Amino acid sequence: MAQVTMTVNGKAASGEIEGRTLLSSFLRDQLKLTGTHVGCDTSQCGACVVHVDGVAVKSCTMLAAEADGADVATIEGQANADGSLNVIQQAFQDHHGLQCGFCTPGMVMSAAALLKDNPKPSESDVREYLEGNICRCTGYHNIVKAIMAASGQDVGAIAAE
Amino acid sequence: MYNFEFAKPSSVADAVAALGEEDAQALGGGQTLIPTLKQRLASPTKLVSLKGISEMQGVCTGDDGALCIGGATCHATVAAEAGAYPALASTAAHIGDPAVRNRGTIGGSLANNDPSACYPAAALASGATIVTNSREIAADDYFQGMFTTALDEGEIITEVRFPVPEKANYQKFVQPASRFALVGVYVAKFADGVRVAITGASNDGVFRWAEAEAALSANFSADAIDGLSLSGDDMISDLHGTDAYRAHLCAVMTKRAVAAAA
Ligand SMILES: Cc1cc2nc3c(=O)[nH]c(=O)nc-3n(C[C@H](O)[C@H](O)[C@H](O)COP(=O)(O)OP(=O)(O)OC[C@H]3O[C@@H](n4cnc5c(N)ncnc54)[C@H](O)[C@@H]3O)c2cc1C
Ligand code: FES
Ligand code: FES
Repeated sequence: MAQVTMTVNGKAASGEIEGRTLLSSFLRDQLKLTGTHVGCDTSQCGACVVHVDGVAVKSCTMLAAEADGADVATIEGQANADGSLNVIQQAFQDHHGLQCGFCTPGMVMSAAALLKDNPKPSESDVREYLEGNICRCTGYHNIVKAIMAASGQDVGAIAAE
Repeated sequence: MYNFEFAKPSSVADAVAALGEEDAQALGGGQTLIPTLKQRLASPTKLVSLKGISEMQGVCTGDDGALCIGGATCHATVAAEAGAYPALASTAAHIGDPAVRNRGTIGGSLANNDPSACYPAAALASGATIVTNSREIAADDYFQGMFTTALDEGEIITEVRFPVPEKANYQKFVQPASRFALVGVYVAKFADGVRVAITGASNDGVFRWAEAEAALSANFSADAIDGLSLSGDDMISDLHGTDAYRAHLCAVMTKRAVAAAA
């Protein structure tokens, strides 16, 4: 067992881990931040996406030990300070960007990473960026629409296909 | 996943020493190794992370004009910083998805030598040099079949040097579930000839298509491929595509790469 310390959603967090402890397990099982979902065993679904030092990573495919000293952001830290939904979360609600909600934490974290680098993405930029985030419910269309809306762009023209 | 110890040395020398222990294994970005460990297909006693070694990070241009990429540089950094070799930057920008690109490394990809991976085609077509802690290996000698390379036990890829071609392009026919190449073709035109490397197709891993190289060295246009074909006899056949389909794609993707490069 080894000790790790990191900043999670702005607060210091530490715990005892094994070599094999995944960042997703550390967040969910030790810090009880169960908003980060684990949807697969093959690093393909993206439900577990968090930000580590500002970039999107699959927390199921990174050892907790590798995040020692890192700045980690999860879905639990995304809401505004007063507890209201942030712009991306609100857009998901407004545009029906979720159904069962299982993929949503990863979708929101990927969207946040995209908009940080590319504040006004095109529709194809959004679709390309979400290649590693699988949704089995929505057909993606309203997710794309929500992210376009969150970037402040007019989504009236994005008709349902 | 079986348990293991974790170490994160800050120099190549310390990493090599740590890898000298029995059943120790290098950890790059973990984008292949961690899923493999989850399936219990590997059981190292110790993982030695290469991510803390600053001398293995980043992209620069060498004295001979070659693009030098640190072995632990992630795909996203290559995509952003390999502007001196646009076809390579674009190849890196289309590996997997953004989260994979933020962790996965060039050294890990070349060490793994997945038969459908992108960097092996880039390295072979470019005539890259694989630099390790102990030697330099020409790409032509490095790739030795599916998941097999010239690396010795415990040897670390510290840098990869890419000569920059006059023209180059990589065309990947994406296998949509895995995002790897169903077939990918990398074409590189140098002053002294053209090199064509194909990934995703052969049971022997990445290979050069000599016939297409000769034709393109004489006439660098997509038409030069007309009438050329590869046999599917020794190609991968799976539910995503038969051997004959892959053989057909090899020629189609070569043409597209030449058209895009020319
Ligand atoms: C969803 C998904 C999609 C992907 N899509 C693609 C794709 O389209 N194209 C593509 O090419 N790849 C793809 N990959 C693979 C990805 O590029 C991996 O990052 C890469 O294959 C392995 O690099 P790594 O740094 O993660 O290595 P690791 O997983 O850490 O290690 C892989 C192997 O290399 C060894 N190793 C690691 N670094 C070194 C080094 N510097 N020297 C010597 N040995 C080393 C390890 O011991 C291990 O055996 C995908 C992966 C995922 C999960
Ligand atoms: S749980 Fe991480 S990619 Fe599926
Ligand atoms: S809303 Fe159900 S998986 Fe995306």
